[in-house]
Amino acid sequence: MTTTVQNGLTTRVIPCLDVTGGRVVKGVQFVNLRDAGDPVEMAAVYNREGADELVFLDITATSDSRDTMVDVVRRTADQVFIPLTVGGGIRSVADMRTMLGAGADKVSINSAALRDPALITQGAELFGTQCIVVAIDARWNPDLRTWEVYSHGGRRPVGRTVVEWAAEIELRGAGEILLTSMDRDGTGDGYDTSLLEAVNDVVNIPLIASGGAGNAAHMVEALAPGRADAVLAASIFHFGQLRIADVKSELSAAGLPIREVPIDA
Amino acid sequence: MIAIVDYGAGNLRSIERALMRLDEAPVITGDPDTIADASAIVFPGVGNARAAMDRLRSSGIANAMISAADSGTPLLGICLGMQLLFGDQEEGPTTGLGLLPGCGVRLPTSVKSPHMGWNTVRFTENGPFAGEPDAIFYFVHSYLIQPDRPGDVAGITAYGVEIPAVIAHGNIWGTQFHPEKSGDVGIALLDRWVNLARSVVAS
Repeated sequence: MTTTVQNGLTTRVIPCLDVTGGRVVKGVQFVNLRDAGDPVEMAAVYNREGADELVFLDITATSDSRDTMVDVVRRTADQVFIPLTVGGGIRSVADMRTMLGAGADKVSINSAALRDPALITQGAELFGTQCIVVAIDARWNPDLRTWEVYSHGGRRPVGRTVVEWAAEIELRGAGEILLTSMDRDGTGDGYDTSLLEAVNDVVNIPLIASGGAGNAAHMVEALAPGRADAVLAASIFHFGQLRIADVKSELSAAGLPIREVPIDA
Repeated sequence: MIAIVDYGAGNLRSIERALMRLDEAPVITGDPDTIADASAIVFPGVGNARAAMDRLRSSGIANAMISAADSGTPLLGICLGMQLLFGDQEEGPTTGLGLLPGCGVRLPTSVKSPHMGWNTVRFTENGPFAGEPDAIFYFVHSYLIQPDRPGDVAGITAYGVEIPAVIAHGNIWGTQFHPEKSGDVGIALLDRWVNLARSVVAS
């Protein structure tokens, strides 16, 4: 009795906050911020501006900073009612439980999943597939003519191809892939659309594009059919070069479905 | 007192804080007696249907929720919680609480699964939100409900197929989306349910 209907799911624009010791690492140039380094306040600003989700990435991920991150997550979840993903230093099911208990909706794992892929399945079985995001750091290998997976913040090649790892991630129960192009990260040259297509071709779970955003047009490119379902960016939002509302306008003008930003943002 | 049913999975803090913002003092609990005595019950849910039902049955929570719902206590199922208000579930497979007739089935393979993100809900003419404008909410799920009674569906979204997004049958409500993760629009919907719960208590 069900008939095929048009898909109304909107594209997602996701600011990422790099956090260390409870502080946002990259400088922030928003006006009207009492404390530009406070991730909780930044999260509230992004929420008002129309962010569809938020990602907190603990870039030092020592045990001390993890305790601080738990507090940041808790205080954010108390006042921001949009989905929150936390990554960095999550190594076990116990770490996942702590973050979800503090108010995170999803946890992102990277090196820990490469070291012990069973962790993906364990997390999915305990907390649900939708809670488990696996982050992949990808770099093009011109000799192999494909992308390789890197671990430890993109410093160490692990000897596997991105396409193969992405397919395995889905089979093991992940609900989403956060795919960062190490080649493009920090360049502002745009997302690696070939990489997005290569991974999208082999998975049927949502794909978040990361690395290389320099303007809203890059986000339009990354969200074209057959590429990513969501775009993530950090510095371009923090430095105020790009406002979320402006991104949404460009996406909409390009015919991509968006969630309207509230008027008073 | 609103009870938020705790059976060991996922983020309960967001729904707790959302209800607190609406001047409620909810209690997160896995105690069947507390749940049975609550003035209203929020039944959240993420994770696997079978694992959830096994836990709900063995702990006595399932029976507590069923008897509370039968006696008229307002009950709000969220996401998996909404799906488990119904009967047979393809996920597991298992059988839900059976408070409403219908079953849970997998999303079609023509779309990515989970259905993750913000999608528009159109309210139907037979529910408590009849005539209200479309609104956008945050979804994350891999299964959908096929209710036996079309009149139980108060809101619909589109993702490959038409998906029941809001369920309302007397004191039993459900949302396939997460109102506690849907910003101000979600808080407004929770406010509607809280007001229903208060009116039941007052009567």
